[in-house]
Amino acid sequence: MKQQIRLTEMKKQEKGVVVAIVGGGGMTRRLEALGIRPGKRIQKSSESFMRGPVTVRVENAQVAIGFGMASRILVELDRGET
Amino acid sequence: MRILLMGNPNVGKSVVFSRMTGARVITSNYPGTTVEYTRGYMRIAGQRVEIADVPGTYSLEPTCKAEEIACRMLEEASDNVIVINIVDATNLERSLNLTLQLLKRRVPMVLVLNLWDEAGHIGVHIDAEKLEQILGVPCVPTVAVTGEGIKKLVERLSEARESDYEYGEDEKWHEIGEIVGKVQRITHRHHTPGEMLADASVKPFPGALIAIGILLLAFEVIRTIGEGLIGRVGEPVFEGLWAPVMLRLSSLLGGTGFVHDLLVGRLVDGEIDFGQSFGLLTTGLFVPFAAVLPYVFAFYLVLSFLEDSGYLPRLAILLDSIMHRVGLHGMAVVPMLLGLGCNVPGALSTRIMESRKERFIAGTLMAICVPCMAQVSMIVGLAGKHGARSLLPIFGTLFVVWILLGRLLERFIRGESPEILMDVPPYRIPHLGGFLKKMWMRIFWFLREAIPWVLLGVLLVNVLYSLGVIQFIGEVAAVVITGILGLPKEAVGGLVVGFLRKDVAVGMLAPLHLSVKQLIVACVVLTMYFPCVATFAVMIKELGILDMLKAAAIMVISALVVGGFLNLIL
Repeated sequence: MKQQIRLTEMKKQEKGVVVAIVGGGGMTRRLEALGIRPGKRIQKSSESFMRGPVTVRVENAQVAIGFGMASRILVELDRGET
Repeated sequence: MRILLMGNPNVGKSVVFSRMTGARVITSNYPGTTVEYTRGYMRIAGQRVEIADVPGTYSLEPTCKAEEIACRMLEEASDNVIVINIVDATNLERSLNLTLQLLKRRVPMVLVLNLWDEAGHIGVHIDAEKLEQILGVPCVPTVAVTGEGIKKLVERLSEARESDYEYGEDEKWHEIGEIVGKVQRITHRHHTPGEMLADASVKPFPGALIAIGILLLAFEVIRTIGEGLIGRVGEPVFEGLWAPVMLRLSSLLGGTGFVHDLLVGRLVDGEIDFGQSFGLLTTGLFVPFAAVLPYVFAFYLVLSFLEDSGYLPRLAILLDSIMHRVGLHGMAVVPMLLGLGCNVPGALSTRIMESRKERFIAGTLMAICVPCMAQVSMIVGLAGKHGARSLLPIFGTLFVVWILLGRLLERFIRGESPEILMDVPPYRIPHLGGFLKKMWMRIFWFLREAIPWVLLGVLLVNVLYSLGVIQFIGEVAAVVITGILGLPKEAVGGLVVGFLRKDVAVGMLAPLHLSVKQLIVACVVLTMYFPCVATFAVMIKELGILDMLKAAAIMVISALVVGGFLNLIL
């Protein structure tokens, strides 16, 4: 059974597939434009303290996403455990 | 005929533009370098063709002011237009989103696959011919920084055509996925050292340490080069070569009189004092060339390197949380850093911020708390002789005001402060040719902007003094100047000239023999109370007259409050 979590809950270097973006059309479109949309494989590359931005790798790009937006991106982890 | 260069941010549109037209535009390695369009011309088959470098946009639905400009330019394009759509070959999939939207507009188009070399390095291989067949428009691979493929691009402009490519809006991404699947092949590769560094520099640890290291190093490099150039080139040239010429001129003019004072200025103990004489040919030339230019040169050397390497967006991520406290997000480091060079480009670059609230806060904070390099170098020259005892309170106060005022604006300015969402470009080794060109352009712009205003400032000082206007304002404003700020009445001259040019204004404090405390108050107030006229004009355009009036009120009030406070506690 694969696990769905928020992007903000992913651990660094963990990989997964975006399953849903919980947000309005504007936010969805802006994320899409940077290559982040349901079905895309991503890898979380960093996070910061104090609810700072999360960065992910998608295809050959690295994208920084504000904490609030990142918490509305749901990801299915590659591994089922934890 | 007109050509529009369009594409996502940071794919190299401006580099292609300057390759095609030879026109000078600033290029960097971060999204949002170009916030305004630039026109250039080139000859194609004997015909003069206008080419426009358009700000980058991810889609034809704009999300910030720079993107709005891009979309409006496409809307306004007449029949006789060709769009060159530049895409990032290393990120073909997401680039094609804009490409399909452009194809749908049915404008004649050529597709450029830029960063072709980088794509090869990371194992991305694109079949340009197949892509051409699918999309129905010419596709040309290029490496714009070296000029590879640009000739081919120009040759193929005549083949630009409207595509008849059809797709349903709902299946857009599916469609794009299919195209990419057909034309792109990826060979396996390992993480490069650059990518490892890229990850390391955005993590709180060791990213914050790296940032502090880089900023300290940058500061040290600027100080060393700036001081070195002033001490070894600027001052020797003026003192050794120019001073004798001026003394000669002084005696030719009879050593006194209005014309003498205007050109040569007042002699101090029978000698030229380039800091205090205040003649057009003495202080008027010394300030821009010998006192300010060395620091401006050193600053842009460091800034250009940070821009071209791709470090700025990393700094933006690290500072994002702090920036949110003042109602901005990380990318607001760009206007602040550019403003440190000159407030004018700083004010323009607020266009990369999404909301009106952010643009207002960024513009206002920059104008109030970020002194330009011309002003910094004069402050260092004047107050630096007391060392950290005066410099630390000056710049420390500005920093504290930046935070406190930012907190207040964040709370009281209505509107939204969106979160950061930004492409983080890979680290790149700055291309030497582009780097040198950018340095030259910035130095040239500085001289072109600064010299007329400095000379006008010096001229105005002389005229207003001889008419007694400044003395009059001094009497009238004595309550504020002496009462609140604790400065001598004569300091009003600096405040008057500060509207024109901050470096001259700081220079006018030199003959007043201020105490350390007065120096601190004067330098802080001169930075805060109003931007120079060039910045003011740009800010009116960017914020609108009403918001600018609001900003101006905030400037004057906060300058008086902070200046009065410093006068009380120091």
